[in-house]
Amino acid sequence: MMFELLGIPPQVLLGQLLLGLINGSFYAVLSLGLAVIFGLLNIINFAHGALYMMGAFVAWMLLNYLGIGYWWALILAPLITGAFGILLERTMLSRLYKLDHLYGLLLTFGLALIIQGLFRNYYGISGLPYQIPDALSGGNNLGFMYLPNYRAWVVIASATVCFGAWFMIEKTRLGAYLRAATENPTLVGAFGINVPLLVMLTYGFGVALAGFAGVLAAPIYSVNPNMGADLIIVVFAVVVIGGMGSILGAILTGYMLGLVEGLTRVFYPEGSAVVIFVIMAIVLLIKPEGLFGRAA
Amino acid sequence: MVPETTGMPKLHMAIFAVLLIFLMALPFFVYPVFAMKVMCFALFAAAFNLLLGFGGLLSFGHAAYFGGASYVAAHAAKVWGLTPELAVLCGTAAAAFLGLVIGSLAIRRQGIYFAMVTLAFAQMVYFLALQLPFTGGEDGLQGVPRGNLFGIFSLQDSIPLYFFVLAVTFGGILCLYRIVHSPFGQVLKAIRENEPRAISLGYNVNRYKLMVFVLSATFAGLAGAVKSQVFQLASLTDVHWAMSGEVVLMTLLGGMGTIFGPLAGAAIVVTMQNYLATFGAWVTVIQGVIFVLGVLLFREGLVGVLARWLKRPL
Amino acid sequence: MIRTLAVATTLGALTATTALAQGIDVKLGVLNDRSGVYADLSGEGSVVAARMAVEDFDAEGKGMNVEIISADHQNKPDIGSNIARQWYDQDGVNAILDVPTSSVALAVAGITAEKNGVLINSGAGSTDLTRGQCQPTTIHWTYDTAALANGTGAEMTNAGGKKWFFLTADYAFGHSLEENTASVVEANGGEVVGTVNVPFPAQDFSSFLLQAQGSGADVIGLANAGGDTVNAIKQASEFGITQAGQKLAALLFFVTDVHALGAETAQGLSLTEAFYWDQNDQTREWSARFMDAHGAQPTMVQAGVYSGTMAYLAAVEALGSAEDGAAVAAKMKEADIEDPLFGTVKVRGDGRATHNMYLFQVKSPDESTGEWDLYKEVATISGEDAFLPMLDECDFTK
Repeated sequence: MMFELLGIPPQVLLGQLLLGLINGSFYAVLSLGLAVIFGLLNIINFAHGALYMMGAFVAWMLLNYLGIGYWWALILAPLITGAFGILLERTMLSRLYKLDHLYGLLLTFGLALIIQGLFRNYYGISGLPYQIPDALSGGNNLGFMYLPNYRAWVVIASATVCFGAWFMIEKTRLGAYLRAATENPTLVGAFGINVPLLVMLTYGFGVALAGFAGVLAAPIYSVNPNMGADLIIVVFAVVVIGGMGSILGAILTGYMLGLVEGLTRVFYPEGSAVVIFVIMAIVLLIKPEGLFGRAA
Repeated sequence: MVPETTGMPKLHMAIFAVLLIFLMALPFFVYPVFAMKVMCFALFAAAFNLLLGFGGLLSFGHAAYFGGASYVAAHAAKVWGLTPELAVLCGTAAAAFLGLVIGSLAIRRQGIYFAMVTLAFAQMVYFLALQLPFTGGEDGLQGVPRGNLFGIFSLQDSIPLYFFVLAVTFGGILCLYRIVHSPFGQVLKAIRENEPRAISLGYNVNRYKLMVFVLSATFAGLAGAVKSQVFQLASLTDVHWAMSGEVVLMTLLGGMGTIFGPLAGAAIVVTMQNYLATFGAWVTVIQGVIFVLGVLLFREGLVGVLARWLKRPL
Repeated sequence: MIRTLAVATTLGALTATTALAQGIDVKLGVLNDRSGVYADLSGEGSVVAARMAVEDFDAEGKGMNVEIISADHQNKPDIGSNIARQWYDQDGVNAILDVPTSSVALAVAGITAEKNGVLINSGAGSTDLTRGQCQPTTIHWTYDTAALANGTGAEMTNAGGKKWFFLTADYAFGHSLEENTASVVEANGGEVVGTVNVPFPAQDFSSFLLQAQGSGADVIGLANAGGDTVNAIKQASEFGITQAGQKLAALLFFVTDVHALGAETAQGLSLTEAFYWDQNDQTREWSARFMDAHGAQPTMVQAGVYSGTMAYLAAVEALGSAEDGAAVAAKMKEADIEDPLFGTVKVRGDGRATHNMYLFQVKSPDESTGEWDLYKEVATISGEDAFLPMLDECDFTK
């Protein structure tokens, strides 16, 4: 434990890596949702950041208007956000499936503006407080750093959800139907499977994942209308780097980005916001289908 | 059928003429600085439309050229003390160079990947604008002097400045028109509609794509450079990705693939932002609604719908 | 009571010819952040404060037609400067008030000088307003980064916090705050053991706080403001940093931030402000009226808008016109002003309004008897000690 890496003692480095992993959890859950929606629906969901924000707000509203606490919010908020997503899909997105990707992107971009603008009007921009649930408060001294229980929970919860989703999509029959439906909806429909229903539920699921990330974020980042705005392009970058259709790619790249960002914050903190884009540019120019993607 | 490359159709000539007369009278009725803002953004949108509507390439990072040129032109006028036309030239050249560098890397990819590469580089430009000492970070470059055009005509007052801006932006838009309605423009159209066939016909598709990219970046830069002289300020807003989103909005709203669409789109968006400024976040909501309605109902944009109605290209 | 005081101040400080005071048109523009991170500390509250000033000054009774307009600069220099330019060119505005966010303030100061208006800045902190970019038409009323540094920085260093680590918001204001505080710390025998530049704005400070923890500093200086400071403090508590013994110095913190954070988390924090609603009878009386009109206690920024406007109107009345901004600003510098909220205020030749600054400590939940009973006053720093000395080239009274 006596050596130092570039002037940083190993304990500090370990601590930063662990923090990076925690942040990576958010990137993983968000990019999973985005990848699911893109991989299975071919929609570039620019509203993902706004829906993440909605998830956090729904959790806050459940607590402040209905007295429903964190643990229920973990289930209810994603369901509510997912339902809202389904509404969006039914009324607007479904009309664009036959058109260029571009239009889905523009539509969801517009939706993001609307959602963010509305929340900003009603709730202002300063954050709303949301307490860490009692069962998860406090923390443990790990020697190289003090790890708050809630942050440990974030890593566990997100990993569970991410790998659960991956398992469901890649290894179960339902997932197989979904994947088949993307490749050849008519054929799958001919087998008696309700493809539009499947598509609708998939979008809802992707959005619910964003909402889930929002609830996870609420106690530690302030609940404010802008929380998803600058995050969305970072999450895009993660999905692109991971490979746009690859579920596993999105999850792993999310965690990886968290780690890279964490390291950058130690050595060159000013650059921590731009490092992801540098990586994306490099990956796109060398291996455009992404690190885990399949070449088209 | 009259081929598009021989002379401008009478309808277009008429529209340009009317527009010119209207714009020459405008500063006497409307706050000139506001009118100049509209013209700069009209040029920006027209430049973006060259790439999107006519080249078929969606760039997410056009703010890099607009804002980058703005910073260079501001620096040229303030620190190097150049006259306005030279400062604008410097800014435009910088944008062209940036377009060349980024474009040559971006065109290696297609579709959404192309767009993401442009975004990535635009974010890097933003980062540079934030960190480099000469750009002033959050403050931006302030107090850019309004010098003497060609060393002779003072641009201190709004009216002479207005006519300088009018000349440059109108000229720029006419240039863009000429580019679109030229043999080069025809090839672009072919590439946009059916790239494999264009390749099989022997066209060096990549070179055309790069050229249109650089041209688009150059004229976007021209708009940004002029804007810095009007507002005497270059700031981070000019290179932020939201600015890239706004130019998409203007083009979509007005009509991609039409000449007059982006001009109309820019006028509407800038006017809306100005007059609804007191409503704060409602502007964002309204912009979002326009995006949504635009995509669902008016995909051709306002001018596109008009063109379809008149059964003439606009 | 306030009215009498205002009238007395006017008569005492100036030789006014009431005949000239007839029919003077004055248009004031309150330009600040109405929808972003600084909306609570300035925003609509500043407009309320300006209106109270016009009423208390009895502008109407003195034959002055004062109109107040307002706009949101969204913390962006280009939007702020465009609004300022349009206000001066098109809308006949004579003076612009408030303008938080230093980058916007500097841009507006430049335009104000060009158009011969007056900028009475209450919200921004950069010392550049009266130094590097001083103008004859700028009056910097409430606070600046040097005053904050001389308050919190000096006190905490002298109280034993010798080693400092800075978390600096990576933009002009953050750097300025860090620089000013660092020099004060060193002047008082302390040492800066490290700094880290945090991209602005930021939501997650965990990584930077960890670095601060590892540095072994006694004090972690938060060279940032608004939501950034609130988040940093919350996360410092979450990571057990404050519990483990390191102190946090919130270098720029407002009563609205403390209110948002809650006494539970914020207790024990030291901070420097120029005004607090519960300081004396006059501040209490005015703040009660403000609370009625606005629904929250006033911050020092909003109080500064009130006082600055009163002083401005007095100068306009004395001159008989609001047209010549430089002249009005010069008039404001002529004599000491007795202000109900800030005490004795002397506006210097460079536009810097000097007055007492106060060091406060946030009360613990047990000590606090009400929702807004948040501060206890610990020390007073006089105007001469708080602010940086005037630069010769910025003395516009010469």
